[in-house]
Amino acid sequence: MDTDRTDRWRGVVERTWRPVALLAACLAIWHLITVTGMVEAYLVPSPAKTFGLLVDKWSYLWGHTWVTTYETVLGFVIAGVLGVLMAVAMVYSRTIESTAYPILLFAQVIPKIAIAPLFVVWLGFGFEPKVIVAVLMAFFPVVISTVTGLKSVDTEMLELAATMGGGPVKTFVKIRFPAALPHLFAGLKVAVTLAVTGAVVGEFVGSNEGLGYVILQANGNMDTPMLFAGLIVISLVGVLLFLLLDLAEKLMLPWHASRRGAAVTTLLAKGTA
Amino acid sequence: MSTTLGTTSAVAIDDVSVRFQSKRTEVTAIQQVSIDVAPGEFVSIVGPSGCGKSTLLKLVSGLLKPSSGTVTLLGEQVRGPRHDIGFVFQRAALLEWRSARRNILLQAEMRGMNSAEAGRRAGELIEMTGLSGFENALPHELSGGMQQRVALCRALLHQPRVLLMDEPFGALDALTREQMNVELHRVWRETGTTVLLVTHSIAESVYLANRVIVLTRRPAVVKEVIEVDLPAERDYSATMARPEFASATAHIRDLLGAVTGQD
Ligand SMILES: Nc1ncnc2c1ncn2[C@@H]1O[C@H](COP(=O)(O)OP(=O)(O)OP(=O)(O)O)[C@@H](O)[C@H]1O
Ligand SMILES: [Mg+2]
Repeated sequence: MDTDRTDRWRGVVERTWRPVALLAACLAIWHLITVTGMVEAYLVPSPAKTFGLLVDKWSYLWGHTWVTTYETVLGFVIAGVLGVLMAVAMVYSRTIESTAYPILLFAQVIPKIAIAPLFVVWLGFGFEPKVIVAVLMAFFPVVISTVTGLKSVDTEMLELAATMGGGPVKTFVKIRFPAALPHLFAGLKVAVTLAVTGAVVGEFVGSNEGLGYVILQANGNMDTPMLFAGLIVISLVGVLLFLLLDLAEKLMLPWHASRRGAAVTTLLAKGTA
Repeated sequence: MSTTLGTTSAVAIDDVSVRFQSKRTEVTAIQQVSIDVAPGEFVSIVGPSGCGKSTLLKLVSGLLKPSSGTVTLLGEQVRGPRHDIGFVFQRAALLEWRSARRNILLQAEMRGMNSAEAGRRAGELIEMTGLSGFENALPHELSGGMQQRVALCRALLHQPRVLLMDEPFGALDALTREQMNVELHRVWRETGTTVLLVTHSIAESVYLANRVIVLTRRPAVVKEVIEVDLPAERDYSATMARPEFASATAHIRDLLGAVTGQD
């Protein structure tokens, strides 16, 4: 029991010390650049000043963070639901697939920042245009990964299901969809980080709240510490949402995580041996 | 001919041909094959790789339509996927997120069987195939032989009158394979199911079957049907030692050597 716990801790340390060390090194370099005066302070504020600002202005930042998070999550959820439905339709109908694919691809390659102003013209300065840009950003990876997942199911498994006679709905619910979940989660993780970008892009184009607005304001005022603080908070939002999905995946697909885990530990064991 | 003197065959393949159309070529996998399997009979099918054995089983299950000829299963012509069979593939094809027991019960869920009844039956099958203690293990925690046993249990759960097996033990080591042969033989004797088994192992084909059907190279036609003259109750090593066993396997080996063109 005791050795179990120390083993677990050793595992955590083993996995985290490298990224933590890298982060510390980056902070140190950042600090050195600013204290030695290599770069003017108004161009790059010191880490101390930036984090000091994060603390001082936390209530101001918190309000805007909340707005951006709300737009991101709403956009992500809509993209997730629509993306999965779209993927299911495409997998079950050749016609829908061949009709939708070119449009989907076209919608994906249009630079979102270029069409965002259009949504502002149509929908005003509220949260709607931001959510739409977030949806547009997040939709594509969800569709692609779900289609891949639904198609990855073993044909023998589907043939077997046909001999069991459960019909297409049961086959989908019990076999096809669960089999697609690992791919779906991979897509969702990419999608959530893109949804953050989408929401911020939407805010850049026309808004009076949200982290995109904070950054734009700070930019206008040459307030680089606030600009840096805004960037850090946006990144933290993205990382946090990603980690939440990672956790959801581990809880919902223990069979997948454990297999992956086993493979990785075997590799590590080989590597250290 | 789907009937023989008034008794309905369990499986009747009547003058069936299968052609696969691809972009440039047309492949004839099976040419005018006729096979009759009596109810409760165990028939093995052997033949060179790629000759059309899997195709034959898919025809019987209705997963594939013949280009010509008819297939009749339990007195009813096969026109689409049939539900009154059990199918075991070469790979176990298990759902990796379901435990052994829940993989077996998939059969019941898909069919909407009474769950208490299905649970009881799954328990019996788990016991019979020696999977006790591994009911809750996930497929990746099971050995290849155990996975194949789970697939066998799943195929037997709904007590099908016809069991189709496509090289079910091909991936197993020799010893596990022998054990599985003995178990399958016992299951067959206890349940009275009609079995069609595709295999690459000549010994397996003879040990298990009443009749062995030898197919030729593609396009497959029936080369010869060998009646296996062995007692119904077959101890593994005693059967191996019998002269009838030796002569049957030698004969089949000769036939296969001849059909694969090493003559
Ligand atoms: N869907 C298909 N489309 C085209 N050709 C096919 C298809 N399925 C099978 N074939 C061809 O039909 C022939 C018979 O295939 P089949 O899978 O029945 O062989 P088999 O006897 O089971 O071989 P093996 O012993 O290697 O499993 C092969 O030559 C194969 O290439
Ligand atoms: Mg085959």
